[in-house]
Amino acid sequence: MSRPYVLVAELTYRCPLRCAYCSNPTEVPDRPALATADWQRVLGEAGELGVVQVHFTGGEPLLRDDLEALVARAAELELYSNLITSGMPLTRERLAGLAAVGLCALQLSFQAARPGSSAAIAGVDAFAHKRQVAAWTRELELPLTVNVVLHRQNLDEVGAIIALAEELGAERLELANTQYLGWAHRNRAALMPDRAQLDAARAVVAAARARLRGRMELLFVLPDYHADRPRTCMNGWGERYVVVTPDGRAMPCHAAHILPLAFPDLRACSLASAWNDSDAFQRYRGTDYLREPCRSCDQREVDHGGCRCQAFLLTGDATAADPVCDLSPHHDLVVAARAAAADTAPPLTLRRLRLAR
Amino acid sequence: MTPLSADSRPRLARKARLRTDRLTGETLLLYPEHGLVLNASAAAIVRLCDGRSAGDIAAELAAPLADILDFLAALGDRGLVTT
Repeated sequence: MSRPYVLVAELTYRCPLRCAYCSNPTEVPDRPALATADWQRVLGEAGELGVVQVHFTGGEPLLRDDLEALVARAAELELYSNLITSGMPLTRERLAGLAAVGLCALQLSFQAARPGSSAAIAGVDAFAHKRQVAAWTRELELPLTVNVVLHRQNLDEVGAIIALAEELGAERLELANTQYLGWAHRNRAALMPDRAQLDAARAVVAAARARLRGRMELLFVLPDYHADRPRTCMNGWGERYVVVTPDGRAMPCHAAHILPLAFPDLRACSLASAWNDSDAFQRYRGTDYLREPCRSCDQREVDHGGCRCQAFLLTGDATAADPVCDLSPHHDLVVAARAAAADTAPPLTLRRLRLAR
Repeated sequence: MTPLSADSRPRLARKARLRTDRLTGETLLLYPEHGLVLNASAAAIVRLCDGRSAGDIAAELAAPLADILDFLAALGDRGLVTT
């Protein structure tokens, strides 16, 4: 049986930013948030199950005033805690407090290399504050990752983004091309780059990576709509990651809300039973569920047929091959989406938090 | 990182944390978004990255200095030790 190594703790869906590329769901469940004591129990159960890293994320995890108590609990359990944040709202005093209770690392989002282009994507002018947060992070000797989601509107700035991360003293720069799930899916035509733009950015990154080796780790996540083969989503369904939503559901992937599965409610069951026994976690584990063309494909143990959520979102069938694969019978959907994006430049729709009825 | 020698004094980087795995008893070296499972000799080297020299580490472990330096260079490429 596999074990989870990473717990993705989505503490809230609320966020002061309104990024058009957000991967959070377009409608969020109208259920109460998990209480502090429940989160602390979940962290303990995660540690027993084999989890060694916890990502506190959201939405914006700083909006929970019990974040300190959760970070302290993670430290008690020897979990490597990572705060994934927009940096808003945050004071130096609060960040020092989080470091004091054992926060291991901070991942700060930037939207672009410049204030104007950042505000256009986030709907909020947060750039100067983020720079300040990065400076505090270094002063407090917390390891800093800078994360930038890439898309058509900022790919041309990638050289300047790398320079910004260097200047801020980041030890790691994550350049992740947008995945068209959640809120990002509705902005797909506005966010999707063309091949030439991507190739240019990739060349800039490759040169910088060689130059920065040993000083700054540079990760470039390719956009799967431009690949021939799907990505190995989450290292496999229910293989290494467990996501817990703000309302206490356990899921194998943060985009899985859209699937017609009953995700276990951690108010009513343990994380171990969710991981080991629930139908939702077992449904797409391994490769037995795969159909053709995946079933006989020599890549099936590598990519597991790609992303289940994307297969469902695009075809209505979560057991289908991920349409980004050029062997998928639905690959024309991806080709058409690329062509549609090339022909249009629709405005971005900024994220709004909407409750599901 | 500058080339390593017997006089280099490697220290574990701030971002790296050592712990014992609860399920397997193995030594883990954790850092942002990653974790390495260390074998016994790697774990022994990392535990001695406390500011003493690479030469002292080799002597303490009765291991070839070249092996120690190779391993430290690999950790240095990931930013896990500083000198």
